[in-house]
Amino acid sequence: MKLKGKVFKFGDDVNTDEIIPARYLYTSHPEELAKHCMEDADPDFVKKTKKGDMIVAGENFGCGSSREHAPLAVKSAGISCVIAKSFARIFYRNAINIGLPIFTSPEAAEAFKQGDNIVVDVNKGEISKADQEKSYRSEAFPDFIREIVKDGGLISYANKKTASSKKKTVKRKTRAKKKEKK
Amino acid sequence: MGYTITEKILLAHAPGAKTMAPDDFIMAKVDFCFGNDITAPIAIREFKKLDKKTVFNQNRIGLIPDHFLPAKDMMSANQAAILRDFAKEHGITNYFEVGEMGIEHALLPERGLIMPGDLVIGADSHTCTHGALGAFATGVGSTDLAYAMAFGECWLKVPASIKMVFTGKTKKWVSGKDLILHAIGDLGVSGALHKSLEFTGDTIDTLSMDERFTMCNMAIEAGAKNGIIAPDKATERYIKAAVRKYKPPRKSYKLYKSDEDAVYEDVREYNISKLEPVVAAPHLPSNSKPVRELSNIKVDQVVIGSCTNGRISDLKQAATILRGKKADPDTRLIVIPATQAVYAEAVKEGYAEVFIKAGGVFCTPNCGPCLGGHMGVLAEGEVALATTNRNFVGRMGHPKSFVYLANPAIAAASAVKGKITHPSDL
Repeated sequence: MKLKGKVFKFGDDVNTDEIIPARYLYTSHPEELAKHCMEDADPDFVKKTKKGDMIVAGENFGCGSSREHAPLAVKSAGISCVIAKSFARIFYRNAINIGLPIFTSPEAAEAFKQGDNIVVDVNKGEISKADQEKSYRSEAFPDFIREIVKDGGLISYANKKTASSKKKTVKRKTRAKKKEKK
Repeated sequence: MGYTITEKILLAHAPGAKTMAPDDFIMAKVDFCFGNDITAPIAIREFKKLDKKTVFNQNRIGLIPDHFLPAKDMMSANQAAILRDFAKEHGITNYFEVGEMGIEHALLPERGLIMPGDLVIGADSHTCTHGALGAFATGVGSTDLAYAMAFGECWLKVPASIKMVFTGKTKKWVSGKDLILHAIGDLGVSGALHKSLEFTGDTIDTLSMDERFTMCNMAIEAGAKNGIIAPDKATERYIKAAVRKYKPPRKSYKLYKSDEDAVYEDVREYNISKLEPVVAAPHLPSNSKPVRELSNIKVDQVVIGSCTNGRISDLKQAATILRGKKADPDTRLIVIPATQAVYAEAVKEGYAEVFIKAGGVFCTPNCGPCLGGHMGVLAEGEVALATTNRNFVGRMGHPKSFVYLANPAIAAASAVKGKITHPSDL
């Protein structure tokens, strides 16, 4: 899968109070949160961005609060992915859990500028400018996380686990019944 | 090769794991998980998408509506109702209605619900507070909480540990808050990214439990996964008192400490005998300065409270300074005890009267102004000095307002003078 969009560039330590201020936390509806995405970092962010555009940022993106409203706002605002030099740890896990694509790449985050058109190959983790050959590799997800991402988030991952353990239980019970009959 | 206290607790909660090393991924067994009125509604919505329809243990889940309650508006009331209904439906015993409710990171230890040796996850970034009890406690998201409520598990990446050694006797007016602000000033807001901050040293040994909670509370502000202080006699006294008073379902605990040959990614040493009280200036918790460098900055509002410094010893310190004095007429003084028990004790000890006579307000327990929610939101251009934990742009209100972070003594002295003040200069 390839993501294509325009870069919206931010610096270091973009925090969750800027991504979705507390004055909007009376709701958890994605459509409502989307309206206020990045509001205290750039009040015109949602007016300027189109579906598919990307956030490119420096170190420690998403620091501060644990509010899952932050990656939810980003995802619902139509941002296709976030590329950063590094991510704050709770934002990182929230993004994975809800299925917002994130990529850690200090080189890409350094190289791309505001307004660049870029392409992201999600499966390969390769990021490049739309009209250029040179691509940057993002940090690979560990196997464990790749599984959650492949399943589309933690809830889908959980339901797959539940379904497969149910199948095993049914198989065990069926075997036990057959033994009994004999 | 030895293990750190964090590694030992994680190993004990990772079924099937024989060893533990930084960057390992584990599906950890959770002893206690919780959320609040901001984070739990999403957790509950996600929980309902699960095929598993039951919670893993009714006694090991906490739902604490502490952010926008008593309801600041209709939407917040609706969010609180989601917690209430879910608690009723699933028989969750640790649901705290308004009247019982307090700030989650003060309330849960007070009630004896978190034990040394526990693995605790909370849908709130300041969950790291509970590391002061010698538990592994880390903040996670709402979907993590949904998963934990259903399965009693949470995926975790094992952090490397940074040993933070504090030695020396603190000067007057210097407390846990100053030590952690000093450390965050040294590390930076991402200096401990994904790491475990282990606080140790002879200074730490002398800290009260309240001060230990304060220090671990702000570990997240350096980007840490958790903060932790090895349990000792003081910890056991605290736990035993809580268990005696509140009789929680779990009474047993495990005391872990780091091995002599544990491996640390970094060791930082701080001799704090000359440390002056610290203030973190806008707009980062790491922007720390000695308080006298910021003298004469006019302050429109002082807030004393929060999960960082809303406990009884914090209020006692503020009352000691404010007794017989009045707040500057141009400075609003807002005092918020962290729990109903702290509130009641503050009334009994006469602290509440001190605050009221000083021209301040004494409020019901809640997180309120800390995150710009209610009970003291800032207007454009206003300056606050608060005993809270974060001062990012717009944290307490208008994006063009300013927040300084400090200990309760500085907060009280600054309320009197109407500007940032070293308590000794009062």
